Amino acid sequence: MRNGFAIETKGLTKVYGSGNTEVVAMSNADVTIRRGEVAALLGPSGSGKSTFLTAIGLINPPSAGQIRIGGELVVDGPVALRDARSFRRKFIGFVFQKSNLIPFLSAIENVRIALEINAWPAAAARERAMELLDYLGVADRADHYPATLSGGQQQRVAVARALANQPSIILADEPTAALDGRLGRQVMELFRKLAHEHGTGVVVVTHDHRALDVFDSVYEMEDGVIRRSESGVQ
Amino acid sequence: MNLAVKDIRHNFGRFALTTVGVGMLLMIVMGMGGIYRGIIEDATLLVDESDADLWIVQRNTRGPFAEVSRVPANLVHRALAVPGVETAREFVYHTIQREREGKPIRIAVVGLSWPTDKGESLPLIAGRALAQNHFEMIADARLGMPLGEQIRLGKENYTVVGITENMIGSSGDGLAFFTVADALDIQFEVPGEAVRLERQARYARGTLSELGRKQPALAETAFMAPREIPAIGPRQISAVMVNVLPGTTQQSVAAVVAGWSDVSVYTADGQRDLLLRGPVEKVRRQIGLFRVLLTIIAAIIMALILYTLTLDKLHDIALLKLIGAPNRRILGMILQQALLLGIVGYGIAYVAGLRIFPGFPRRVILTNNDLVQLALIVLVISVLSSALGIWKAVRVEPNEALSG
Ligand SMILES: Nc1ncnc2c1ncn2[C@@H]1O[C@H](COP(=O)(O)OP(=O)(O)O)[C@@H](O)[C@H]1O
Ligand SMILES: [Mg+2]
Repeated sequence: MRNGFAIETKGLTKVYGSGNTEVVAMSNADVTIRRGEVAALLGPSGSGKSTFLTAIGLINPPSAGQIRIGGELVVDGPVALRDARSFRRKFIGFVFQKSNLIPFLSAIENVRIALEINAWPAAAARERAMELLDYLGVADRADHYPATLSGGQQQRVAVARALANQPSIILADEPTAALDGRLGRQVMELFRKLAHEHGTGVVVVTHDHRALDVFDSVYEMEDGVIRRSESGVQ
Repeated sequence: MNLAVKDIRHNFGRFALTTVGVGMLLMIVMGMGGIYRGIIEDATLLVDESDADLWIVQRNTRGPFAEVSRVPANLVHRALAVPGVETAREFVYHTIQREREGKPIRIAVVGLSWPTDKGESLPLIAGRALAQNHFEMIADARLGMPLGEQIRLGKENYTVVGITENMIGSSGDGLAFFTVADALDIQFEVPGEAVRLERQARYARGTLSELGRKQPALAETAFMAPREIPAIGPRQISAVMVNVLPGTTQQSVAAVVAGWSDVSVYTADGQRDLLLRGPVEKVRRQIGLFRVLLTIIAAIIMALILYTLTLDKLHDIALLKLIGAPNRRILGMILQQALLLGIVGYGIAYVAGLRIFPGFPRRVILTNNDLVQLALIVLVISVLSSALGIWKAVRVEPNEALSG
């Protein structure tokens, strides 16, 4: 994981269904995200943003194309070259729009579980989980269950969980949709801080054009075609 | 961190309710097994408790437990004369139904061979054995008669001097032990008017017979008590119980008795077998089949419950897969919950059963064998039905966590 880009895709294509119902959700995506780069992915609904994100998150194998993460070729065509789940566990952090937390675990347990499945001893995991919650300003809600947390608090716990194992990349799909503008911006800034501090590659799908100044790069997607937008970048 | 426990603690009410439901279901399965055992135990109880090696009964009958059997009382003496016989006892058995405090009471009357058998070997929980040849009885607790209570049966009052526990006839009625003489009095109780009519009839027969015409004084004997009339045989008993001397085989004694053309002889095991294949056969099979059916239904319901529990968690399972949790953890959670449900449900069934079953009108006997068997069944059901959930969980795609 020392060399290469955080994420590098070549000719990434995804076709859902076949025959009459065939949908080309993503075609020939060539994207390169540097370490420490925070990228925004814009585009209308149905343009293929989630398809792209889940493909590089190794939860939705592409129909064709390659994915390299941290320089390592992990996907080549429809065949995953690595045990996708253990790779996700170690190197990928996810934040999604909703239903992100396990409902029967408290805030701190939701973070701890991510650590414990990575073989952290219980005591150390508890300590680190608490640090993360503190860092995200929800330490006082550590023992609350997701159902009793506000949308913003839930999202911050989800971010804490995504960061727990210091992943190489963080993938966020409309993470701030449930948050108000100010909070949404806070979360984006947090990603930026993390990326810059730890060299994490971050891809965020967002609709919030007001927060675009936080990102290092902006990609736009339309009808399955992804391209880098120069105008959005400062 | 144990996910199974965390989930249960978070949804405790639901888990508790489900477990209690499963527990009640298992209690019924357990109870049905107990009722089955109870029927068998009750049916063979008298044969087992009597501790006789051989039963001599009326020729070609299946013995007093299956049908009416009548043998002369003096058969006891004939049996005693057979080489190798240690003891021969009279056995009288019949069921009566009377009223007690306005409610019907069914009593299975057993005659004990006074004075050799006073009922000392009975499982007394209060009082004492019989101390005299008449007017005393030992009643089973199931009859609900306290020590000292008097009950009028026929022309006499009988006093309860001892109480037994779990002494029940094959039809489930409580046993009461009397001396053979009293048991026969109760059985052949004849009202005064019937006695008068019978004497008149005897007298008429006497005066009409040739002997009566030649010796008119003989006809007067018709007014004597039956036992004083030589022409009238003694009252008959139900069977004779024989114990053989140590060193003698049951078969050798049975072979001799089998040669007598007025009686049939069975070993205790044979009598037991006849009982199980005779009077209690149908009810035993009925309960047995019902028990099997109930076990199958319980298995299906448990499997459905466990499967639904897993289905409800599919989204969480997808989420766990998404963040990279290995299968071991996810399947462990499902299996542990299934086992917990099964084990706790079984525990509830057992505890509730111990409290509820004694109140049943017939005995519910939980044998260790049956309990272990049911425990194993529950274990297998738990594992198999969680396999159904696991099969589903393995197939869940992590990106299903993103929908809904
Ligand atoms: N599982 C699927 N099966 C079939 N079509 C799908 C599936 N998921 C997404 N699509 C289609 O692919 C296209 C891109 O969807 P998606 O990646 O979810 O877009 P976005 O996230 O930009 O809204 C849409 O036309 C959608 O209908
Ligand atoms: Mg989407």
